[in-house]
Order: sequence, then structure tokens, then C-alpha cells
Amino acid sequence: MKTSRLGPWLIILLGAIYFIVPLIATFEFSLRKRRGEYSFDAYRWVFADNRFIESFSYSTFVALVTILVGVVLVVPAAYAVRVRMPRLRPVVEFVTLLPLVIPPIIIVFGYLRLYNSSSWLPMTSSPRATDLLLVFAYATLALPYMYRAVDTGMRSIDARTLTEAAQSLGAGWLTIMLRVILPNVRVALLSGAFLTFAIVIGEFTMASLLDRPAFGPYMQNIGANRAYEPSALAIIAFVVTWACMGLIQLLGRGRRQSVAAA
Amino acid sequence: MGFLDLEGVRKVYGANTVVRNFNLSIQRGEFISFLGPSGCGKTTTLRMIAGFEIPSAGTIRIDGRDVTELKPNQRNVGMVFQSYALFPNLTVAENVAFGLKVARRPKDEIARRVAEMLAIVKLPELGDRYPYQLSGGQQQRVALARALAVKPTVLLLDEPLSALDAKIRISLREEIRSLQRELDITTVYVTHDQEEALSMSDRIVVMSDGRVEQIGTPFEVYNYPATRFVASFVGTLNILDARIVDPASGRVVIDGQEVIAGRGVNGAGVGEVRPMALRPEAITLDGGNGDRNRMQGTIEEVAFLGAVVRIRVRFGENAVLLDTFNNPGVAPPPRGSRAEVSFGRDDLLLLQDSAAD
Ligand SMILES: Nc1ncnc2c1ncn2[C@@H]1O[C@H](COP(=O)(O)OP(=O)(O)OP(=O)(O)O)[C@@H](O)[C@H]1O
Ligand SMILES: [Mg+2]
Repeated sequence: MKTSRLGPWLIILLGAIYFIVPLIATFEFSLRKRRGEYSFDAYRWVFADNRFIESFSYSTFVALVTILVGVVLVVPAAYAVRVRMPRLRPVVEFVTLLPLVIPPIIIVFGYLRLYNSSSWLPMTSSPRATDLLLVFAYATLALPYMYRAVDTGMRSIDARTLTEAAQSLGAGWLTIMLRVILPNVRVALLSGAFLTFAIVIGEFTMASLLDRPAFGPYMQNIGANRAYEPSALAIIAFVVTWACMGLIQLLGRGRRQSVAAA
Repeated sequence: MGFLDLEGVRKVYGANTVVRNFNLSIQRGEFISFLGPSGCGKTTTLRMIAGFEIPSAGTIRIDGRDVTELKPNQRNVGMVFQSYALFPNLTVAENVAFGLKVARRPKDEIARRVAEMLAIVKLPELGDRYPYQLSGGQQQRVALARALAVKPTVLLLDEPLSALDAKIRISLREEIRSLQRELDITTVYVTHDQEEALSMSDRIVVMSDGRVEQIGTPFEVYNYPATRFVASFVGTLNILDARIVDPASGRVVIDGQEVIAGRGVNGAGVGEVRPMALRPEAITLDGGNGDRNRMQGTIEEVAFLGAVVRIRVRFGENAVLLDTFNNPGVAPPPRGSRAEVSFGRDDLLLLQDSAAD
């Protein structure tokens, strides 16, 4: 018994080393801007850089809009497939997986061909329209994660029977959506939302090719031109992502606790 | 015309006819059960009454109004599901209040009605709990309260007790029935449990393969099954192949012994071999007195069940099961011995073939 316990722990340890050592190394390197002693100078530099604030807030804003678009798009779709058209399920699953199979660079070249300034819908000709295009592009990228998260949430509540119960009590579809379905897939929705956030914050290809001032291209730019600051940025991005994950856990648990306390 | 009418209702999925020509007229306040084996179309029929499925043909009327194509949320029909289907994000009280809120009733009326409903289902203390904090039986009571809170015209229940254990099932079915009587609400109850249907219903609709086999009171369905299917599905029943001798007087021959079916065998032709039904409790292991049918046979099997001794007697091709009460003074007859059995002339019933489409 004792020896067989050792195996799994060894693997966990190896995995942890594999992930943690580079992280520690990066962190350690990011502290060495000042010669001969550890300091947060690199971080100070990053936070003092206007482009960091601007690109980070730009990406945050784009991420929030993307999440909104994703929710409006995915929740009704996942609901319809679960409750009304289960036969469409394989088709929808396939479609939602496409963004994982088709590289972003191909999607973005498609966009540029379709929506360039001489096309029938010249979305790239104004910055605002390009922002919108970027949001749609990100919504596409996040689709596999958003759809799966929401669909799992729907499965765990038997959306179909709950819908019928609400209908027999006189509820119309809007009431059912707002009072029955959304509150019950809230946690699943949150995890989809944070995954979307994490994807959008770090994305480079689309933002760069559409020439938007996003966080991804900024990180790339710093990485190519500075020594210690890229490491600091990597750590910051890492912390932000993990804060998102932690928030999912917290909100998910918070709900169950408040329920139990009632 | 009744309170809830189904006329020529039919449901087809692709090439598959799931409900054929369903006709039923339910009186106000009546408790009707749909009884039948799995896949016979009980749920589908119930869902058509609720409005979750639209019939492929036929008409459904509630209180004189044609609701065949009406949306479920416009029918005011209460529904109780096998899986309870309580809203997990709402408390018990909020669940019960759901339909009233949708109907925009005033706040104080909702509060009063919720308290009243929770008292009726004997859960007055549990309004603040969440569904997952309740037992299955409690959840189903809440579901019942939720469905009844909006005062539906008809209450539909689809195997509401089949997820519960036996003891709670029995107490809850008595409660549902007395609640139904008290509120005088027209009710359709789906079950595949014949004991449940027999003990609860005013009338039972026995279904098989999308067809109505028989509609009748529990007494009628149990004692006078109309078809071979009903006879075999409801209770243990002996089915004997009899050759018709004289349809008018009811004389038939079973394994060479002539007996009389007191209710006649009208509709059967001379010389035909037809299935006939005989309840185990109608047969006695003696000659009896008066005008009874008597048959000679061999004891083939004796099963001691406690208060009851179940004995199989074989005549030839046919055999019957009969039940006798255990008598400490008399040992059951040994296997292989000859025996005479008798049964009332009216107890031998001709079975119709299943109704055609
Ligand atoms: N949406 C559907 N599409 C195709 N066939 C269906 C559909 N719903 C039900 N059926 C078929 O209709 C038949 C009757 O189903 P139904 O659910 O009414 O049976 P039931 O009597 O309620 O059975 P059970 O006791 O198992 O609940 C079954 O053979 C089923 O496969
Ligand atoms: Mg069913």
C-alpha cells in the first residue's frame, strides 16, 4: 500500500516541478533589473508605461464585450439544442469546435478578405468597426469553451423538464430564460466568461493583424525590445489569469454556501 | 361531453404511430389513471393534454374549449413530473409562488396562497429550504403544491411516485388521492403499477401499444377484463383456450370438459377456439354447491405463500392457478393427486381480441 502511494505523488511532484520551476525562474529574473540586488523595478517600469495601461484596459473592455456577445449567442443556442432540437446537437458541437481546428491566422485573413475597405461591408475602414470585428473574432475563438461550459451547466439541471414545469405554470420563454435557465447556469456561465477573458487578454494574432492596440501585441512588442520587463509582464498576465480562475472557484462556492446558510 | 375530452387523438413520430385513435371523456373532479406497460404511449398522451406535444390528428377539449393547438402556458393545466422538476435556484416557498408570480398576483395574496398550499401538503415549516435539502417524498409534495397553487383546471401526474421507495409511495398515493377529492380537481395519473391504478382511480384507461384496451372502474377492469391484454396485465389471471359449442347458452369445452359461461359468448362462432379468463380467487378446490362449473384435473404445483396457498391444477392443455386460504387444520393436497375444482358460471369470461385501429 505504502509503495503504491509513492508513484502518484512522484508524478504530481514532477508535474509541479515542470510548471513551477520556469515560473519561479521567470519571477526571479523579473526581479533582477537593478544590478546586484532584487527589486521590483521592472514592475514599476511596466506600470508606469502608458501603453501598458492603455492596452490592458482596451483588452479588458474588448473581453467584456466579447463575453456579452458570447452569452447572448451561446445561452439561447445551447438551450435550443438541449430542449428543442436535440437532433442538431452533433452539427452544433462540430461548429463550435471549428475555432479550435482552424488557426486564428486563417480566420483573420478571411476577415480581411471579406471585410476590407473595398468590400461590400468595409468593416476594417474605421477603427470602431474594426473593434467590433475583433470582438466577433474573439467570440468565435471563445466559442468552444463558452458552449461547452454552458452546455454542461444545462445538462446538470435538466433544462428540458424545468422548461416544461415553468411552461405549465404559465411562464413564457423570456420568463423561463431569465428566471429559470440563466440563474441555474450562472456558475457554468461564469467559468465560460473567465475562460473567454483569459483568451482575449493574451491573444496576439488577430489583434496584431487587425492592428488594434491590444495587450497581446503590446506584450510581444515589449518582449522584442526590453530585457527584464517581459518577465514582469508574463508574471502579471499569469497573476491576472489565476485571479480569474480563483474568482470562478470563489463565486461558484459562494453560491452554494449562501444556499446552505439559508 | 365531459370536462376533459379527447376525440380521435393520434400521435405519429415519423413512421411510428405512438398513440392511435384515443377517445376519452373525463368528468369534472374525476380521477383517471392511464395504465400500461413501458412505451405504450401514456406519457405521450399526457403530454398532448399538457400541450407539450401537438396531436397529429384529433381534438382535445377542456371545459368545452378546444385546446388542441394551444401553447402549454395558456392552458392552465398543472403538471407533476417523475423527476419532481423543482427549480433548484429557488426556495420551496419561491417554487410554490412561481406560477402566481408569473400571473402577477398581488404580493400578500401570493404569501397567503403559498402558506396555504404548504399546509395542505403538510410541509408548513419548510418554506425557506432549497429543493436539494428535501427528501424525494418532500420534493414531490412541493411539486404538487406548486402545480396546485395556480388552481389549474386539470392536474396531470406522470409516474410521480416511481422514484420513491415503497413505503412512502403508498402513504403518498393515499395523500394525493384525498387531496384530489378535497380540491375536487380533475386528474389524470400515469402509472405502470397496476396496484397504484386500482387503488387510486375512479376509472382506469388500460393502454397497450398506443391503443386503449379498456376504460372502466377498477372493479370492472379487474373483474371483467375486455381483452386478453387487460386480463394478463391487470392482476394474475388464468387464460384458458375454450372451444365454443353453443354461443347462445354459453356452452364451451375446455380440454374435453364442458362448462358454461354464464355471461354468454356472444360474438364467437360455433367450433371456434377462443381465450377465456378466470380469476384465481374465483376457483375453489371442491365441488361447491349449486349451479357451478366443475372440472377434474391433477394437482401440478403447490406454493405455500403464508396466508394463501397457491395451487396449479392441470386439465390437459390448460392449467389454472387458484388461491385457497391457509387452514392449519388441513394440509394442502399433495402434488400429482387428482382434484375437482369448481367456479361460478359468471366468472368464466370471453376475452375480445385487442381492438383494431
Ligand atoms: N419525441 C419522440 N420521437 C420519437 N418517438 C417517440 C418520442 N417520444 C416518445 N416516442 C416513442 O413513443 C412511444 C411511447 O412513448 P411514451 O413515453 O408515451 O411511453 P410510456 O407509456 O410513457 O412509457 P413509460 O412507462 O416507459 O414511461 C415509445 O415507443 C417512444 O419510443
Ligand atoms: Mg412515460
